[in-house]
Amino acid sequence: MSDVVSTGSTTRVSLTVNGVRHDLDLPARRLLSDALRHDLRLTGTHVGCEHGVCGACTVLVDGAPMRSCLLFAVSLDGAEITTVEGCRSADGGMGPVQQAFHECHALQCGFCTPGFITTITAFLDDNPAPTRDEAREAVSGNLCRCTGYVNIVSAVERAAELRREPTP
Amino acid sequence: MTTRMVGEPVKRVEDPRLVTGNGRYLDDLGHDAFEVAFVRSPHAHARVVDVDVTDALDVEGLVAIYTYEDLVADEEEHGTRVAQALPLLIPHPTLTHGRTQHALANGEVNHVGEAIVMVVASDRYAAEDAVERIRVDYEFLTPIVGVEAARAAEHLVHDDVPGNVAARMVQETGDADAAIDAAPHRLELDLAIERSASMPMEGKGVHARWDADDESLTVHTSTQTSTSVRQAVAAKLNLPVDRVEVVTPDVGGGFGVKIVHPWPEEVLVPWAALRLGRPVKWTEDRREHFVSSAHERGQLHHVRVGYDDEGRLLGLSVKFWHDHGAYIPYGLIVPIITSTQLLGPYKPGAYRVEFESLYTNTVIVTPYRGAGRPQGCFVMERTMDAIAADLGLDRALVRERNFIQPDEMPYDQGLIFQDGRQLLYDSGDFPGSLAKLKELVGWDDFAAYREQARAEGRRVGIGMACYVEGTGVGPYEGGHIRVETDGTVVVSTGLTTQGQGHQTMLAQIVADELGVPFERIRVTTGDTRRFKYAVGTFASRTAVMSGSAVAVTARAVREKALRIASDALEAAVEDLEIVDGNVRVKGTGENGASVDLGAVAVLSNPLRYAFDEAAKRATQFAAPADPDKPPVAEGESPGLEASQFYSPPRSTFANGMHAVVVETDPDTADIKVLRYCVVHDCGTLINPMIVEGQIHGGVAQGVGGALYERMEYAPDGQLLNASFMDFLMPYASEVPEVEIDHLVTPSPLNPLGVKGAGEAGVIPGAAAIAAAIEDAEGITIRRMPISPSELFHLRLENQEAGS
Amino acid sequence: MKPPAFTYHRPATVQEAVQLLDAHAGEGAKVLAGGQSLVPLMSMRLAAPGHLVDINHVAGLDTVEVTSTGVRVGALARHSRVEHDAAAFAALPLLRQALGQVAHPTIRNRGTTVGSLVHGDPAAEMTAVLAVLDGEVELVGPHGSRSVGAADFFVGPMETEHADAEVAVAATFRRPPAGTGSAFVELARRHGDYAMCGVAALVTVDADLAVTGARVGLISVGAGPVVVDLGPAVSGSGGGVDTPRARELVDAAIDPEDDIHATATYRRHLAHVLTERAVAQAHEAARGTRRSAA
Repeated sequence: MSDVVSTGSTTRVSLTVNGVRHDLDLPARRLLSDALRHDLRLTGTHVGCEHGVCGACTVLVDGAPMRSCLLFAVSLDGAEITTVEGCRSADGGMGPVQQAFHECHALQCGFCTPGFITTITAFLDDNPAPTRDEAREAVSGNLCRCTGYVNIVSAVERAAELRREPTP
Repeated sequence: MTTRMVGEPVKRVEDPRLVTGNGRYLDDLGHDAFEVAFVRSPHAHARVVDVDVTDALDVEGLVAIYTYEDLVADEEEHGTRVAQALPLLIPHPTLTHGRTQHALANGEVNHVGEAIVMVVASDRYAAEDAVERIRVDYEFLTPIVGVEAARAAEHLVHDDVPGNVAARMVQETGDADAAIDAAPHRLELDLAIERSASMPMEGKGVHARWDADDESLTVHTSTQTSTSVRQAVAAKLNLPVDRVEVVTPDVGGGFGVKIVHPWPEEVLVPWAALRLGRPVKWTEDRREHFVSSAHERGQLHHVRVGYDDEGRLLGLSVKFWHDHGAYIPYGLIVPIITSTQLLGPYKPGAYRVEFESLYTNTVIVTPYRGAGRPQGCFVMERTMDAIAADLGLDRALVRERNFIQPDEMPYDQGLIFQDGRQLLYDSGDFPGSLAKLKELVGWDDFAAYREQARAEGRRVGIGMACYVEGTGVGPYEGGHIRVETDGTVVVSTGLTTQGQGHQTMLAQIVADELGVPFERIRVTTGDTRRFKYAVGTFASRTAVMSGSAVAVTARAVREKALRIASDALEAAVEDLEIVDGNVRVKGTGENGASVDLGAVAVLSNPLRYAFDEAAKRATQFAAPADPDKPPVAEGESPGLEASQFYSPPRSTFANGMHAVVVETDPDTADIKVLRYCVVHDCGTLINPMIVEGQIHGGVAQGVGGALYERMEYAPDGQLLNASFMDFLMPYASEVPEVEIDHLVTPSPLNPLGVKGAGEAGVIPGAAAIAAAIEDAEGITIRRMPISPSELFHLRLENQEAGS
Repeated sequence: MKPPAFTYHRPATVQEAVQLLDAHAGEGAKVLAGGQSLVPLMSMRLAAPGHLVDINHVAGLDTVEVTSTGVRVGALARHSRVEHDAAAFAALPLLRQALGQVAHPTIRNRGTTVGSLVHGDPAAEMTAVLAVLDGEVELVGPHGSRSVGAADFFVGPMETEHADAEVAVAATFRRPPAGTGSAFVELARRHGDYAMCGVAALVTVDADLAVTGARVGLISVGAGPVVVDLGPAVSGSGGGVDTPRARELVDAAIDPEDDIHATATYRRHLAHVLTERAVAQAHEAARGTRRSAA
């Protein structure tokens, strides 16, 4: 029987997060956001609403942005997950989207920022040279209370430029 | 040559940490702490008859359940004051009936969301399991919801507050009623603004750790004032203040709601940590934030105004009703600000303002970015537009005719402001700002554009709104700066940061004042272990208050460095300068004798022990010394450091003007902002990039408050839209690009010439957008926010009235 | 906001899933597919299924097939998969036209089209699309499988003809006659929100570009998707759709309610305006199909 059952106890889940495989024993109801933050202590993923509207908890699941607060970790057995920590450059510094946010002043308190970084990273994979309207559309599923979005839209354009530049 | 940092769009030092996921917000702490959840009232007004926890007791992971009775018992046993009502933070003589809540309800709940039972468990999942199983019996009381119900006072929120009135306040200059009655033209307007909220992306949160061996308590809280939380927690827990420290981690936005303190949880979580001997944490979830933090903006206003044939104000009388919710811990700040700041850049003639602050069975009202000013601006600017419409005059012209002129500065409005000081405008050039705004938006050409659009079947309209904003409210802020022996400059200020880039902005000031490279400066805010005297971050005050404090502190450190270096360099203090962190003789250039500040720091601290290489130079046998002088000169202290405070006589007044172009859909009544133009004057700009970011964010909140955000209370006191699904904060798709021009009239009140910039962007949003919709539609707009559905119904009413 | 505990099942086949649902039907067993509606309801503790049967690991459900009769979407096909499927778009442009307005891309990456139909939110775009295209939902239960047409499937708000022990394995969106153009027009408070009103429209023209049929499906103006056959509003040869008559037909079919975002009166007005716009766009698209066929 291939039926995996979990009750009050825990279920074994294998997640590859930012390229590192983790085998975790988690209660079935553990949200992916909590598993990342409190079990793996990758606290870059933030929780802003826990009902899937604000986008602060957005991570990439097998390359596609999803709300980690709307996913049970147990359901993602075998998935590849990328968090904001995984959007850094190879040397641990700022990756291109992160660098663009810094250059464009696209963050203030920084709480929503990780969700934007992951969303934009995936967006630019699909659309490496967006127009400003496309850039705005791409970030229109994430809430930010500080910036008024003007500089976030600019950061999408700047990140696209940075990704096109040859790495020195 | 060191580049001057103040005035430059310096990239933020905060960013590399925050963008890579290395920020440290409240819930990033204490992964192993016990977690808290609350039983909160589902009813707006009720007596708590019984709390039955039986079913919760076998929840796996449950640690403790506390009710009000436990707090009372604790008071008897330990002398704590956790059971007593929370403090009334800002008393005022007219606040005759101030009532504040208890940390846990003491027998009566006055709004949906009020905490009744605290559950502590192994994690939040378990805590919520227990909460779900606790049964509370209520005896229902009549809920009072909305200003009208509160005024009618057929039922009372608090039995001992007659008429539901906490305060009635009047200010008057001249005889407004007589002036209005004598005026050639008169108008009366009823104007309303509905409730919104700060709604930071991170809710509140508290983590507390009691060290029993050290008898010390460390509290992390997502607050706008760590120093005052520290005092409040110590008082509540009956602990010596000396044993309590409060640290602000990274804070995911505040916008006002986190200046209120101590929140019930800021008292209860440390108390539980103390009693349980284990770290305890509470992370507010979004639903809790909606129903148990704070809202703002809800006010009804009645205006009487008299004016001459040119549209000049002769008399203005405003009466308004402020819905402050179930309790009033933050006092009358919001309505006082409305009542004074609604005057904006204008001379009102005789002015009378009266307000009542009313209890309702809804969430408390405390300042949200703008803090009463958006309402005041709405009242005044709608009045200006109404006068222009009445006289058939250009709306900009009417404003211009009422402006205070630059040569009238400083200008005394003759009222008392929110800080208890005179409402005295220190500087500003309102005609200059208006000229810039008209140029930026193309005001004079718009009529032609509007007609052209009409011909194409489109409806466009333009509106403008002006404001004056008292910023940099006292009483004081301070700074501490120490130069380490490696030349690092460590800066501390007591107020807190919620994303405004304070570390960057303050480092820019210190770099210039001290003459050190920006990169060598480290700034800490909101950590009482580092700086114990502060007020907090609100009222656009950090650049003014801590900026000035840090500037004067840097100057003191500089003087001390020069005194020490003058011995080492054998030169007079007045011949020395500090460039790039090196003290040198003026005019000798880079090749002359110099001593770096790290070395000065070594020399400043005479040592017995050579604990590292640098220290050797300061030990007692290292160099010949004057045997007749003490190693630390009289009046000096060891260390290259200083602490100074800045306390201004009164607020400094920033100002700005916004113009908006909207398009309304003739069929669907959908409303779209096409252009948003801002002219802004906050005095000297320390970091224009950060100032513009503040304006962008404020404008987005202004657009939200005008078109999307409102707290929808049902008559029974249920908040119908307590989620991000239904409380509509704008996404990028709803916010326009923002066009900004600056005017700089420095403040004469502080050493930097700065004025606050944090709240400005939000203030005129509702007023300007209402004006633009009115212009597009030809329909009078008297209440905001406005939705397409409401605009549609206004059109229907207008058609009926016209037919 | 943390979900209550539940027993988790991860079946490998539809049959296993059905057995589990059947066995635990009395304990509120539910299917977990995309979870984009279910999980927030659980986190708010507005839903507390005792068992979750996670079908995300069932093979063969992640399908989008274009057949001679229409487009068949499997239970695990995410909205975004359906939206970006080129063959499905070629066969039924309305799918992409509507899916582009379902929440935000991040939600569409996980949420499933079939799950959205089963959830039965009267504001959900795809309910109107299924209804206007006269599609059907395939349900597999302990007693076998059955197909339920859209007209019978949507029973009321958040209520569908889907039994507790059944798995909705697919939905088929039926291909309309040749010469049909489509459009989806909606108005939401914010981009990506549930619409205050939305209209899926189909307009069919003959080879001479005369309208031969028109049909709309509306959301947020009734207990479920409201389909209105605008045939009676189609005027004679060479003509289009008569707007006043179309309004009357729509008016008679819908039953909007007040909520905090819009009054019933306003929704009714929107139903008129958006129907007109959607029909105009669909009409233009229909002409396009004939022109490109020519």
